[in-house]
Amino acid sequence: MDIIDRRPNPHGKNLENRQRVIARARAAVARATRAAIDGGTLREIGRDQAVTIPSDTLHEPSFHSVFSKGQRQVVLSGNKVFSTGDRLARPPGGSGGGGGDGSGSGDGEAQDGFRFVLTRDEFLDLFFEDLELPDLVKSQIVATEAMTPIRAGISVDGSPSQIDMARTMRQSMARRIGLRRPKTPDVTALESEIERLEAEARDGSDRAEQLAALRGELELVLRRMARVPWIDPVDLRYRRYTQVPKPTARAVMFCMMDVSGSMSESMKDLAKRFFLLLHVFLERRYKRVELVFIRHTETAEEVDENTFFTDPRTGGTVVSTAFAEFVRIQRARFPQDSWNIYAAQASDGDNSSMDTRQAMSMLEGQILPVVQHFAYIEVAASAAHIRGESDLWRGYAPLSQREPKLAMRRVAEPKDIFPVFRELFGRKAAAP
Amino acid sequence: MDSQLLYAGTDWDFSTLRRSYQAIERIACDELGLEVYPNRIEVITSEQMLDVYTAHGMPLTYRHWSYGKRFLQHETSYRRGYTSLAYEVVINSNPCISYLMEGNTATMQALVIAHAAFGHNHFFRNNHLFQQWTDASAILDYLEFARTYIGSCEDKYGVAATERVLDAAHALSRHGVNRHGGARPLNLKIDQKRERERREYDEKIFDDLWRTVPVGKAVPESDPVGERRRKLGLPEENLLYFIEKTSPKLQFWEREIIRIVRLIAQYFYPQPQAKVMNEGCATWVHQRVMTRLHETGQIDDAAFLEVLHSTANVIMQPGFDHPAGGPGFNPYALGYAMMSDIERICTAPTAEDREWFPDIAGNRDPLGTLRYAWANFRDESFVLQYLSPAVMRQFKMFRLLDDTSDKELLVDAIHDDAGYRAIRRTLAQSYDPATHDADVQVVDVDLAGDRKLMLQHRTRAGQLLAQPDADLTLKHIATLWGYEVRMQEVDAETEAVLASHSAGPPSK
Repeated sequence: MDIIDRRPNPHGKNLENRQRVIARARAAVARATRAAIDGGTLREIGRDQAVTIPSDTLHEPSFHSVFSKGQRQVVLSGNKVFSTGDRLARPPGGSGGGGGDGSGSGDGEAQDGFRFVLTRDEFLDLFFEDLELPDLVKSQIVATEAMTPIRAGISVDGSPSQIDMARTMRQSMARRIGLRRPKTPDVTALESEIERLEAEARDGSDRAEQLAALRGELELVLRRMARVPWIDPVDLRYRRYTQVPKPTARAVMFCMMDVSGSMSESMKDLAKRFFLLLHVFLERRYKRVELVFIRHTETAEEVDENTFFTDPRTGGTVVSTAFAEFVRIQRARFPQDSWNIYAAQASDGDNSSMDTRQAMSMLEGQILPVVQHFAYIEVAASAAHIRGESDLWRGYAPLSQREPKLAMRRVAEPKDIFPVFRELFGRKAAAP
Repeated sequence: MDSQLLYAGTDWDFSTLRRSYQAIERIACDELGLEVYPNRIEVITSEQMLDVYTAHGMPLTYRHWSYGKRFLQHETSYRRGYTSLAYEVVINSNPCISYLMEGNTATMQALVIAHAAFGHNHFFRNNHLFQQWTDASAILDYLEFARTYIGSCEDKYGVAATERVLDAAHALSRHGVNRHGGARPLNLKIDQKRERERREYDEKIFDDLWRTVPVGKAVPESDPVGERRRKLGLPEENLLYFIEKTSPKLQFWEREIIRIVRLIAQYFYPQPQAKVMNEGCATWVHQRVMTRLHETGQIDDAAFLEVLHSTANVIMQPGFDHPAGGPGFNPYALGYAMMSDIERICTAPTAEDREWFPDIAGNRDPLGTLRYAWANFRDESFVLQYLSPAVMRQFKMFRLLDDTSDKELLVDAIHDDAGYRAIRRTLAQSYDPATHDADVQVVDVDLAGDRKLMLQHRTRAGQLLAQPDADLTLKHIATLWGYEVRMQEVDAETEAVLASHSAGPPSK
């Protein structure tokens, strides 16, 4: 008899099989993922996500018969009142009567949805696949946080620039005392004594014997001094550094969107996907990500997420009001020195013609200096928009030439969202 | 016997397990006379238990999405608290592997050692079905071979191609057993050798010239249909076997994969046929062993109460009208009740028992009687032979007649003198695998002609195949066969054709 403790064995035996399920039901899972995105809020998305897929994708058929007509007999337990010859009404549902002998199992399985939880990585994988992100970008998103060196005690080797002088000297002193290295005053005392005796000798007194002894002693002391160095390689101490994850800072993400009547539902959906991507990206980078939603028509206000995406407004479009709101909120709650500020604006490009100039100057003067990145996406509804230049596009274009922080893109389909991201990630990757 | 406790409280460690095992072994082997395979006891976590579930209790399997699906199903229902995990899983192998959950109490560990490592183990080793259909000493090596082989097929021919064959073969796994022939013992060496030879032969006879040879006309025979059916050994109910040997389009490795699925299906073939007996045997053994441990002072009263509580939970039989009940019997409940009843008949028979079971009533050898029953029966014959009126009364059994031409159901037998035999016969029938598995056979194929595969489903009592599963399965057969497949459903008594289906091979 053997008793074996299998608990330390590698876990996750079924990881591969699990991935095959997802691969097999890829289309269904991707559809469910998209539904989850549409239904969920930005904060929830990307956490471990439960998805339900129709189970016929994963159905395993076999030959099995069903009782449809004729006679059969079933033995049951728990008879309390029946006598032979009693008649019972058929239980509701199921033409086959109460005692189905497993005939229903195959059908039941086919009808129920199949529900399981995707891990965050699986979810992102499916999500980004939809957006046609190259693998390069995926790996950057899932990369670990930045590292920074911090002091981690003392070591006996290192580069000369890292020498810790105070420690080194303390070591050498201890060694000198331990090895009884003669001190300089002792040497000077001996030398002056010898000098005095030599002077006396010149005066005529016979101190040759004493002088010889002192000279011998001096020689000994000097030799000892030369043997035991002032600083020895073993005394050297260096400051040691270790790489630790950079303490993650806070980030705030401002979502600004034009909600005037010209923005259709599908445009808002595109915008939502873009905001979602940005949020997922920021969450990878920063431990804490705040969200601020500013919607605007002719006036701007801060709203909650649900209102932001679902509550339609009518009216004109004055972009600068949103910028003013941005500046007000940022100054009040998110000082630049303790927050990483990201801003994303989604619009169909319309703006009141006299406002564009003011919006530009606010963007350049007050917003771009405080943000890490400002992304503008124009959700285009028609080809006319794509060819022609909208008010905002015309205004932003020269600015984005001067200002690398400003990224702008037009988006007509979900897959167009990606180039904006490449720009964003590309710059981050280049920076040290 | 000394009266020292094996353990106290609920905590256990490996020396507790060892002590419990040795005490249980003394009772099981010396007092009860059980014969078991050498035991291997493995302690696992709940996550590992989910893995074990996924593979139907096989310690290792090849990779396939269906296992991932099962894993996700079990995991989801476990995480949401719909189901709890089993205390143990035991594998019919030599050595017999029992998985124990780490979260069990000391008492539960002792109980499941008695249940699995001795009860189930004895049954696996001695029951004729398992002896005939499974080869406990070869299964672990064979699974390892299967895993490696299918893995190498995935490397050589691609995951998609391998999966296509596996999917189709899985759909037919219930039709991969030679029900009448018994099983040839698995032999890994021979299997590997045969696989190698098959490939070498293919390589040797390959000659591109044959492609260019004009094909002559077939010589007509006097009774071509009868002749070719005789040559192919038709009708054949082992669909996987027939396809493996005869399919005109399969590659050698595809045949080997089909063979793997077929042999593994065969290994599992006895399990559902002896479920009541197997669980009844294990439950009876653990209850007896734990009672003896308590009587000899090796476990304390608290532990024994836990045993009673646990056994009572396991052998609960909800009535037909109970929300948790429904059709069918809890195999633990029925099995344990029948085992205990046999013991009672042997030791303290009533007049009724003497009339019903003259052979065993009062023979004062309950252990010998039980061991004989465990070795020589399966559920169907066991119920037919040993279900006593006392047990029928205990379960308050009754029989319903379900006639679709009648608006109501008729109670045509209850647990009284007039009904005992009728109930026993019907209950035994419900454990007959022939009533569950569809009887599908290959009846004809013209290999020299259009190669259409003809199948026949011989129905019982107007039970047609469930749709759309039948068509989907037929499509899988067509995938393996490579040509059109047609199936007729005929009434087994009148030979009237009730329905017909057909499927072509997937277009490339």
